[in-house]
Amino acid sequence: MSGKFDLQKTFMVGAVQPDLIYIRRKHMVSNLNDINIISISGLTKRFKDFVAVDNISFDVKKGEIFAFLGPNGAGKSTTIKMLTTLLEPTNGRVTINGHDPKNNKNAVRKSFGIVFQDPSLDIDMTALENLQYHAVLFKIPVDIRKKRIEELLRFVELWDRKNDMVKTFSGGMKRRLEMARGLLHHPKIIFLDEPTLGLDPQTRNHIWNYLLEINRKEGMTIFFSTHYMEEAEKVAQRIAIIDRGRIVAIGSAAELEEKTKTHTLEEAYIALTGSVIREEQVNGSDRMRLMGRMMGRN
Amino acid sequence: MSTIYILWLRQVKKYFRAKSRIIGSLGQPLLFLLVFGFGFGSIFQQAGQGNYIQFLTSGIIMMSVLFTAIFSGIDLIWDKQFGFLKETMVAPVPRWQIMLGKTVGGATVASIQGVIVFVLALFVGFKISDPLMLPIALLFIILIALLFTSLGVAIASIIEDMQGFQLIMNFMVMPIFFLSGALFPLQGLPTALEVITRFDPLTYGVDGIRSALGGSGSFGIGMDMMVIVIVAVIFLGVGTYLFEKIQA
Repeated sequence: MSGKFDLQKTFMVGAVQPDLIYIRRKHMVSNLNDINIISISGLTKRFKDFVAVDNISFDVKKGEIFAFLGPNGAGKSTTIKMLTTLLEPTNGRVTINGHDPKNNKNAVRKSFGIVFQDPSLDIDMTALENLQYHAVLFKIPVDIRKKRIEELLRFVELWDRKNDMVKTFSGGMKRRLEMARGLLHHPKIIFLDEPTLGLDPQTRNHIWNYLLEINRKEGMTIFFSTHYMEEAEKVAQRIAIIDRGRIVAIGSAAELEEKTKTHTLEEAYIALTGSVIREEQVNGSDRMRLMGRMMGRN
Repeated sequence: MSTIYILWLRQVKKYFRAKSRIIGSLGQPLLFLLVFGFGFGSIFQQAGQGNYIQFLTSGIIMMSVLFTAIFSGIDLIWDKQFGFLKETMVAPVPRWQIMLGKTVGGATVASIQGVIVFVLALFVGFKISDPLMLPIALLFIILIALLFTSLGVAIASIIEDMQGFQLIMNFMVMPIFFLSGALFPLQGLPTALEVITRFDPLTYGVDGIRSALGGSGSFGIGMDMMVIVIVAVIFLGVGTYLFEKIQA
């Protein structure tokens, strides 16, 4: 692909230095306009007696790289599910790219791509078939389908493996394929729920490379959650921290550090959310996921 | 339409790829056919009911359709648990199309399985009396496949994990099979059992295909067909309703 952002080749000689990637953001010209591509107001989700998300409100601007942080069970995934039409909110309003998920689910769904926290590929199909499936469901016209799939498979460097079953892929390759799939229909927003969890620095570096390039070229908004503070600190323009279902802080990394009188985002994060370990409720899905891992399905 | 097609295609492709699974799933019907067919053959004959293989084949075809259909529907749980369903659920397409594609795909697989068992039965000694009735027999296979795939999808939509699976197997699938008249004639049963068999949709599938393949049915092909179509429509409706309500 022409004009591919190639920081590694430009700056690096010899050993891989993952952190180099992040230099780019620091020098990035911020061309955010004032359009809110995501608007959330009073969003609440209650499961029986438990309030998973408690009256949260914030906006994300078009083209913004937005990090959504919080301890386990704080409400990150629940929020992302509500933003992506997978879960009905108990209360509150969401607008995605000008559409309300309540009454215009399909317009919302066309607006975003998503990479889920857990693998969501069909491992018994090839890389190509996984993308074809997505392309059909997202109504990508037949005449450009092939070209677009090739473009993205090349982009995430999986073109050579297009006819291989996904079950033969490593964790990093699966993630890259999911990334390609999420980007296939030219979404305005990409949601990434812990996209780099469990990946080595090289793969994380690559994945951010792809994302930042599309963010720069197409103005795609990136909304991601992560437990890697340095990732959020270096990549995100703004960060929201959620804890016990509430937004406890929102702003740039520098603003959060200033607010908590700390020097790193990690310190700020701990200052805001405390140092107590959180335990998540285990449900049927988690059990199955575990079982699946034991059976080698993931 | 393309949504239904791609979901159907995925199901069918995966079926043909899992060759060992196809062969594995033929083991049980074949065992039933051979062991029961020849084991009970002479008793059946002595009781004046004629050739048991001739009787049993219809039941075993429907058994394999039943099992394959329910399982192709229920394997939705795997998609649910391994995230693939989420990917499908965020697609800008109506859910009923996803449900229908899944169901038609599962039913296709189950029908193929039924046809394979039918062909195997020919080698074991099953004889067709009227080849012109074969399309009717196939229609029964397809309808029963649709009916039970919908049921599988409906169940998979409400149960959270495979914990409930054994329960469904023992308290639903096995009774549906054993109480359908697949293995024994429906005449001369104790009243309680007779009443129960009338509530089992598979009873009408077995009865219908048995008539179509030259055996003597109890209710008549028209009646069988009507009951199955009605129940299949109901199950499709229920399956769609429950599928629409899935929240990831």
